[in-house]
Amino acid sequence: MDVQRKRQVRLFVALGAALLLATGLIYTSFNASSEARQPSELTDAVPGKSYEMFGKVVKGSIEKTEDGIKFQVRDRDGGGEALPVTYSGVVPDPFREGREIVLTGTVENGVFVGERDTLVTKCPSKFSEKKNQ
Amino acid sequence: MIGTRGDRRWVDASRRSVYAFCALMVLSVVIIEHAFLTDDFGFEVVASHSSIETPNFYKFTAMWSSQQGSLLLWAFILGIVASVSLAATRHKLRDLVPWATAVMMGVAVFFTGLMLVGGGVNPFATLDVVPVDGSGLNPLLQHPSMIIHPPMLYIGYVSLTVPFAFAIGALISRRVDAAWVKSTRGFALIAWTFLSIGIILGSRWSYTELGWGGYWAWDPVENASIMPWLITTAYIHSIMVQEKRGMLKVWNVSLIVASFSLALLGTFLVRSGVLQSIHAFGDSTVGPYFLSLIGVVVAGSTWLIVSRLDILRSERRIDSLASREAVFLINNLLLIALCAIVFWGTFFPLISELFTGTRSTLAGPWFDRYTTPVAVVLVLFTGIGPMLSWRRISWAGAKRVFTLPLIAAGIALVLLLIFTDAAESFWALAVFTLAAFTVVALLQETWRAAAARRRGVGGSVPGSIWAVAVRNRRRYGGYTVHLGLVIVLVGIAASSSFETKRDVVLRPGESARVQDYKVTYVKPTATRNDQALIFGAWLGVDRRGEPFARLHPTRQYHQVTDGRPRGIATYFDGEATSEVGLKAGIRSDFWTSVEPSTKDIQRQAKVADARFAAYMRQVVQPAVRKNPALIGPMSEKLAEIQGLATDKIIGVYEEAGHDVPVTIRVIVSPMVTWIWIGAIIAILGALFAAWPSRTRRRPA
Repeated sequence: MDVQRKRQVRLFVALGAALLLATGLIYTSFNASSEARQPSELTDAVPGKSYEMFGKVVKGSIEKTEDGIKFQVRDRDGGGEALPVTYSGVVPDPFREGREIVLTGTVENGVFVGERDTLVTKCPSKFSEKKNQ
Repeated sequence: MIGTRGDRRWVDASRRSVYAFCALMVLSVVIIEHAFLTDDFGFEVVASHSSIETPNFYKFTAMWSSQQGSLLLWAFILGIVASVSLAATRHKLRDLVPWATAVMMGVAVFFTGLMLVGGGVNPFATLDVVPVDGSGLNPLLQHPSMIIHPPMLYIGYVSLTVPFAFAIGALISRRVDAAWVKSTRGFALIAWTFLSIGIILGSRWSYTELGWGGYWAWDPVENASIMPWLITTAYIHSIMVQEKRGMLKVWNVSLIVASFSLALLGTFLVRSGVLQSIHAFGDSTVGPYFLSLIGVVVAGSTWLIVSRLDILRSERRIDSLASREAVFLINNLLLIALCAIVFWGTFFPLISELFTGTRSTLAGPWFDRYTTPVAVVLVLFTGIGPMLSWRRISWAGAKRVFTLPLIAAGIALVLLLIFTDAAESFWALAVFTLAAFTVVALLQETWRAAAARRRGVGGSVPGSIWAVAVRNRRRYGGYTVHLGLVIVLVGIAASSSFETKRDVVLRPGESARVQDYKVTYVKPTATRNDQALIFGAWLGVDRRGEPFARLHPTRQYHQVTDGRPRGIATYFDGEATSEVGLKAGIRSDFWTSVEPSTKDIQRQAKVADARFAAYMRQVVQPAVRKNPALIGPMSEKLAEIQGLATDKIIGVYEEAGHDVPVTIRVIVSPMVTWIWIGAIIAILGALFAAWPSRTRRRPA
């Protein structure tokens, strides 16, 4: 193969690889992702399907259970019904009532069962940096 | 810009006005810091981010914990880097410096303009009613790493403005040879170094200070800092090709535009509410402005590059895949692929909302799964790159350089398979094997250069290595960075693939087994300081029967401070932070955190507060009304009584705790310390590479 042709081949290989990567990314990301929903949107949740639930912890609802905690979550703007949640795993430092949380899990019998170690609490103040999972 | 038409005085004037801008920014920072240090709560930013009790060191650093203070910091650093870059090029690059100045000052106008008109982000805003005490600094930020982390990242982001501005200048003035690259190479290295420092500090802080025991969560804000880092890494390598062979010019201007845009995006993501992140801070007003700036930067630069494509065409073509240029090009592609994966995953919620109407998110495991293979291949190339020559390596040359590293990799693989269970994780095994290849490759190259020198002029082995390194700082600094990075990746592979994580619930005296460690909950502890109640647990850890460590993880409950007297129960309404019980080691880390059960304590605190409030109503307030002069001494006495009550209550935690179970999280991670060590090596390597040589004047 002369040099020019070699370059064309390389270009096609590179573009092909990029296309493959892009397709792979797109396909797997839509499959692996969880829909983000607030409690009011989970009333029609498919049982067993993983959702990423976000909302505000209802005041006074946090209780310790045998292997974790349970609490209730409302929509960020405070409206709608309170969704009962059970969770076991790491409870982030900033977690407390009135704070916004994000939790991955499934809905079973009207209760949101959180996946282990996926509770994320949003820091309330405007610019502090925090990480937790 | 008028100066581009030839009149030097305009150019000099513009350079001096940049110096003036820098001076003004320094003055602004001095004023604000002075306000912080003197507790001047008339300034809104001081009142909302500091308090009288905040330690002095943290008063100083509280400036950049605020939105407005951080914008000021950006502008401040920009003033400095712009001034330095213009001073360094005042006799060179005549055609493009005016444009570069315009770009840098354009960015400065954005940041200062934002502070003035952005709505609530003016650092000099004052309060009509001056509070007696401020709200205080978030306790999670009162940690050395967390304080240095933002300025480090900012220096990294802002330093990228310089190569970007000069690239734009080069494009506009059509002077696209290597001159602009060489003049700004130092800033690119500085940017890379500080981004690295910022990222690693953030990870270490997360690991040692937060209660989850991890160092990277693929949170959008973490990703926002790693994306420009990846592209800057690509840029630093790619410009070498332009300098040596005049190629990849389009790549270089594109990479620096991408890098700078990602830095702006990073600055934007941290302060906007656009993505669900632990760091997402409600809805800030400055988001749309940042997006507009990013849009202008990307659109304008793209147009410029496209319109200059004719002069950007390279003089030469890549001759062979077995050449350093080709490897650097592949390296560009790999780093971009990695960045694309991170970008896609980070913005997926917005992308999915665009296409399907519902917001979906991708979690850590997805990122791990797709970034790992790319990162592993990169480990291989950090070894191959240094070994290849420019243009083309001959078959004989290849045999000479590849043989030893390949043998090393083979031996490492065999040893790992026989003596360890590394085979349980394919990717970890791949990383370890390729790391052996790369480390040997780097050592080999260094050795051969030193040996050649010894043949020529003699000298000791260490002496020759040093002499060779000093004469080519970029190369050997680069090798050191590669070495450090490979060590970091080995540490990451080991600690993520082979960690053991367990939550155990123990009463005092009970133990649990984790791997070959035995953890015993010895007793509960309770103390307090000015700001917080601290509940913890003494843990005794034995390893194979021998005492290994005594650890004391705690959780601190900080009181809300807003100047008013508060009840004891409010300690539990404020922020809580964790102190981790960590025994780090070369082979593995033993990490513990504790979750105290505070329900009883909270109940008792509420009872005490109720009694206190009743006492205030029935006794204190009538007395004070009759005799107002009593306020001072009464407040002091009350504070004293409250202090005693608090001590009694937390004392109960220790006494009654002998029967109360607490949750203890234990993580055993192999080789985490290697991540920190590797990072230090890499950063030292970068500093070595960036250090100006003394032996000869650096070419412009």
